[in-house]
Amino acid sequence: MAAQILVGTRKGTFIVEKSDGRWRPRLAGHAGAGSNFVARDPYTGRLWALLGHGHWGAKLSCSDDGGATWADAAAQIKYPEGAKYIAQDMYEDEASEYGVGWRISTKPATLAKLWVIGFGPGGRIFVGTIPGGLFESRDGGASFELNRPLWSHESRGGDLFGATEAKSETKWFGTPASEGGDFAAGIHSIAVDPRDPDRVLVAVSTAGVIETRDGGQTWHPRNKGMLLDHTPEPDAEWGHDTHFIEQCRDQPEHIWQQNHVGVYYSSDGAETWRKVSRPEQGVHFGFPVTVDPTNGRRAWLVPGRSDQERMALEGGLFVARTDDGGETWQQLRNGLPQEAAFDVVYRHALHNADGVLAFGSTTGNLYVSEDGGDSFITVSNNLPPIYSVRVG
Amino acid sequence: MPPTVSVRLTPHLHRFFPNLEGRDLRVQGATVAEVLAAIEALAPGFGFYICDERGRLRTHVNIFVGKQMVRDRRALSDAVAENDTVSILQALSGG
Repeated sequence: MAAQILVGTRKGTFIVEKSDGRWRPRLAGHAGAGSNFVARDPYTGRLWALLGHGHWGAKLSCSDDGGATWADAAAQIKYPEGAKYIAQDMYEDEASEYGVGWRISTKPATLAKLWVIGFGPGGRIFVGTIPGGLFESRDGGASFELNRPLWSHESRGGDLFGATEAKSETKWFGTPASEGGDFAAGIHSIAVDPRDPDRVLVAVSTAGVIETRDGGQTWHPRNKGMLLDHTPEPDAEWGHDTHFIEQCRDQPEHIWQQNHVGVYYSSDGAETWRKVSRPEQGVHFGFPVTVDPTNGRRAWLVPGRSDQERMALEGGLFVARTDDGGETWQQLRNGLPQEAAFDVVYRHALHNADGVLAFGSTTGNLYVSEDGGDSFITVSNNLPPIYSVRVG
Repeated sequence: MPPTVSVRLTPHLHRFFPNLEGRDLRVQGATVAEVLAAIEALAPGFGFYICDERGRLRTHVNIFVGKQMVRDRRALSDAVAENDTVSILQALSGG
């Protein structure tokens, strides 16, 4: 099958296909609904869309006919009875000399957002949510269950099922990406090792990278080498603002991370990370990263202009590519707007597969390259704000 | 025998549950929660559009019994009477 580009937007799901030599987007479903992430299960061919309906809540939607028709998944993601998490909220407090207080409380969990989906062999499907849930299916999506060891991890205060009070504080902090206003943690990256689906890496805003090697029974932080250089404790184990991680399909030991504080690369399966930012070349801040499926040293980013402004760098939009594990970077600008460009590219909105590199921005622009980024064409300037782009 | 009520749905919900469109939706139930359960039996998945997984009415959804907005948003225990009309619609929240 020719490559398709699956695009999740604020106003529905789009599929982009090439016909008569031109990439053409079409609305494939969910018109008017937020489509946070759309992806194809490479093991079954089924399409999955993670929706946020606003009034009607978050829903999983599937298509078995390539996006011609969609239906709500038979099993929806729901937190089990008794699932609680530690929340940290500011509140008005007239008694305080500052007028506000900081309240730590345990909150019952209800689904705020479906954020990412990942696939493994043998019917394994994982869904990352806000607040901070990893839901797993081992039957191709016929049923989903919250992964309790990760939900009750010591870094989050331990097992809160049935407990009235947390045993310790949480090291997981919130993300503004939550829908509905809660500042809760979220799981936005899932990398299932294609050689062994019991090995799964997830990344959390805001906590960092966590791995299981035993099918989700135990989870361990994988943040060695990460540096929190904007905080009083730079070498803290937790509190990392990983924006996205992606694992190389054919060389799974090679993993890339775009973090709030820079670009990181691991060539040892996330055991250790190495900072490969080159701020003088504009490679530092951003949200997405994608790695070549066959060459773990080759990756692309769309750098943004500092965490304070979060838009294209002055002087135009560019993609940065490395072919040598981050030793050197090239700025790729051919075909991209070089003046008055204010594109912001979200963490899920850059991807490559099958020789196609594509990315989309919150300003509704979709760009595609078929030569590894040496040149881009503009597919559309008029899509809704783009949340996710997946090729395949 | 629980009372029988008429249910009026916002057309927005017909998009997700087309089998509920254009029919005289009359179901039995003593409370709003029971009315929703009766609709769930006709249209599986309906309840999760109206309530979250803990059974609470979603923040931006409203239910009226006659002209009265439900009071118990947590468990929807508000009673309904024979021939009441239960209206389910999205709150006009936002611009």
